[in-house]
Amino acid sequence: MSDAVTHEHHHDAHDHKPTGMGRWLFSTNHKDIGTMYLVFALIMFFVGGAMALVVRAELFQPGLQYVDPQFFNSMTTMHALIMIFGVVMPAGVGLANWMVPMMIGAPDMALPRMNNMSFWILPFAFAMLLGTFFMEGGAPAGGWTMYPPLITQLGDGFPFLIFTVHFLGISSIMGAINIIATVFNMRAPGMGFMQLPLFVWTWIITAFLLIASMPVLAGAVTMLLTDKYFGTSFFIAAGGGDPVMFQHIFWFFGHPEVYILILPAFGIVSQIIPTFARKPLFGYVSMVYATAAIAFLSFFVWAHHMFTVGMPLAGELFFMYATMSIAVPTGVKIFNWIATMWRGAMTFETPMLFALAFVFLFSIGGFSGLMLGITPADFQYHDTYFVVAHFHYVLVTGAIFALMAGAYFWLPKWTGHMYDEKLGKIHFWISVISVNVLFFPQHFVGLAGMPRRIPDYSVQFTEWNMISSVGGFVFGLSQLLFLWVVIKCVRGGREATEEVWEGARGLEWTLPSPPPFHTFTTPPQVDEAVAHS
Amino acid sequence: MSDKNIKKTVSKLLVVVVGMFAFGYALVPLYEAYCDLTGRGSDSATSAAAVAAGDVDENRLVTVALDTNTRDIPWTFKAGQHKIKVRPGELSEAVFIVQNQANRPVTGRAIPSVSPTQAGVYLSKTECFCFVEQVLAPGERREMQVRFVVDADLPERFSSLTLSYTFFSVDSPVEVAARRKILEPEATNS
Repeated sequence: MSDAVTHEHHHDAHDHKPTGMGRWLFSTNHKDIGTMYLVFALIMFFVGGAMALVVRAELFQPGLQYVDPQFFNSMTTMHALIMIFGVVMPAGVGLANWMVPMMIGAPDMALPRMNNMSFWILPFAFAMLLGTFFMEGGAPAGGWTMYPPLITQLGDGFPFLIFTVHFLGISSIMGAINIIATVFNMRAPGMGFMQLPLFVWTWIITAFLLIASMPVLAGAVTMLLTDKYFGTSFFIAAGGGDPVMFQHIFWFFGHPEVYILILPAFGIVSQIIPTFARKPLFGYVSMVYATAAIAFLSFFVWAHHMFTVGMPLAGELFFMYATMSIAVPTGVKIFNWIATMWRGAMTFETPMLFALAFVFLFSIGGFSGLMLGITPADFQYHDTYFVVAHFHYVLVTGAIFALMAGAYFWLPKWTGHMYDEKLGKIHFWISVISVNVLFFPQHFVGLAGMPRRIPDYSVQFTEWNMISSVGGFVFGLSQLLFLWVVIKCVRGGREATEEVWEGARGLEWTLPSPPPFHTFTTPPQVDEAVAHS
Repeated sequence: MSDKNIKKTVSKLLVVVVGMFAFGYALVPLYEAYCDLTGRGSDSATSAAAVAAGDVDENRLVTVALDTNTRDIPWTFKAGQHKIKVRPGELSEAVFIVQNQANRPVTGRAIPSVSPTQAGVYLSKTECFCFVEQVLAPGERREMQVRFVVDADLPERFSSLTLSYTFFSVDSPVEVAARRKILEPEATNS
């Protein structure tokens, strides 16, 4: 890791960095903290991925082969918790840490010490969560949504699950406050809000979503905790509570959460496509308003996750129409990306390939989402593999692909070396083919009625599950190639220029690659040529 | 740099965080109010205190039919009366008689239901044998009481309700097998 930063550069005198473990443990530098976030996310990506492979191995054939049902349920639950809170969110925060100060011309984040704390909470939180595997009663197995009363039947791991969620919430709220405080107060002179790169815009909006929704989740899990240990009855029917209420509170957090996962991805793609199309982003202002509209609407659609739970007809209709309406701003974004490419001088380096795959495959996930949003149709699709296929299209080929695109896009800037373009392209093509082999058949078994979260299935689903499992293993193992590309790039490679990419615009590309430890200690003057458009 | 402005931004955002945490808890009474308004939610959600405060409607009589069923359990289960007439708002009592016909102790559990479903929220039980496991010795006979109130707000269109109980065996082979599979996957030798 450290050889990425030991390269000799002729920087100004105060570009000295602390050495040894202390550099990382006590770091207040946004670049180092960003690196730690990204490395942590990559490690958790393989941990959560290994759990997914246990699931796919068990589902290769009907019947029970390798693991008992309780452990299978732990695998699905922990896979979700790790991928959401341990991979996509930290990776997004890591990118924000690295890029936001450089993009707005700030020397660092507004609150560097809090930045350190919000990262270092994560390893401890996940040590607690993974520790539940060795406890009486095993790891959480009631689904990542933690519905009572099932989740309260978890053994000794229960309070650890709850406190993990609390810690993760505190960490991401601190991260969000930091980002907002940075962007609101530390923009370089001449950089107004409407000159911000779109990645910064999507992160401001994501940060507001985090601040508004994570405390609600904290409240909901606190109620679970007091229900189990302190005699309250928020969700216990016998004491006058209602377990369905948990679902309402959870999804009031849960739906903004899915936009917390995807909005930074929108931002990354909005940086990459103009670069490789060599044209400014089409419809910048409409992109900003569309992102804000998606975020705003996300607070009024939660019950589409629970259409089958029993609701007045008016409620079902309201949540159906509200859900449908999100397709409008999302469509604006998709069309803007396509219009950006229209008559552009396009080249297809790895970041662009991942970004293009994102636009196409995320749209498939969006369309299956529309199908699920139709209340009467949802009664058939609910809790089937169709849902699994839907959210993996938006989260794997959506969020993860965009993060991959961002990693390839900014790796030369971070390390000062170009990554191996040939290996990057091989990684892309194996990933994009295998991920479709993995998830597309799940639409079919889902529509045919295969339920999710069950280790066994009816024999008629065998063939598609076998294909899906093969795709799963190819996709999972091909990510080792990504790991190799990253390591190789960190260790050496062709020197990267300041601009890195021919069409790159923005303050971060005016800095040397790799950027010095401290950048923009005197704020740059931003003019229209340097800003995004 | 503008440390003061940063502090200002942070304190504003912290207020939002605390406010949203409180809002999570505020959703509880909001949800209950919404359920009351729309008549949704389970009948058990009505608290005993709310029941006690109800006024008795002297001008109305509502028939409550008592229905009993058993499933996979060697018990006879009967109601003391098939029908009772109650005044809305008044605390009433129904008696059920259950007897174990087997020559071994059997554990059972009763699951209640009220029909029509829309009327469910208006029937509140203040004392009930349901949900609690009942253990009956061989041949043992037991009388069990249910105390309940039909809410005075019961809409006029309901002139009769049915309160139904089904006793299930807690030791039924299906349940025993399921529990063994889930809880002790290795315990084939016990």
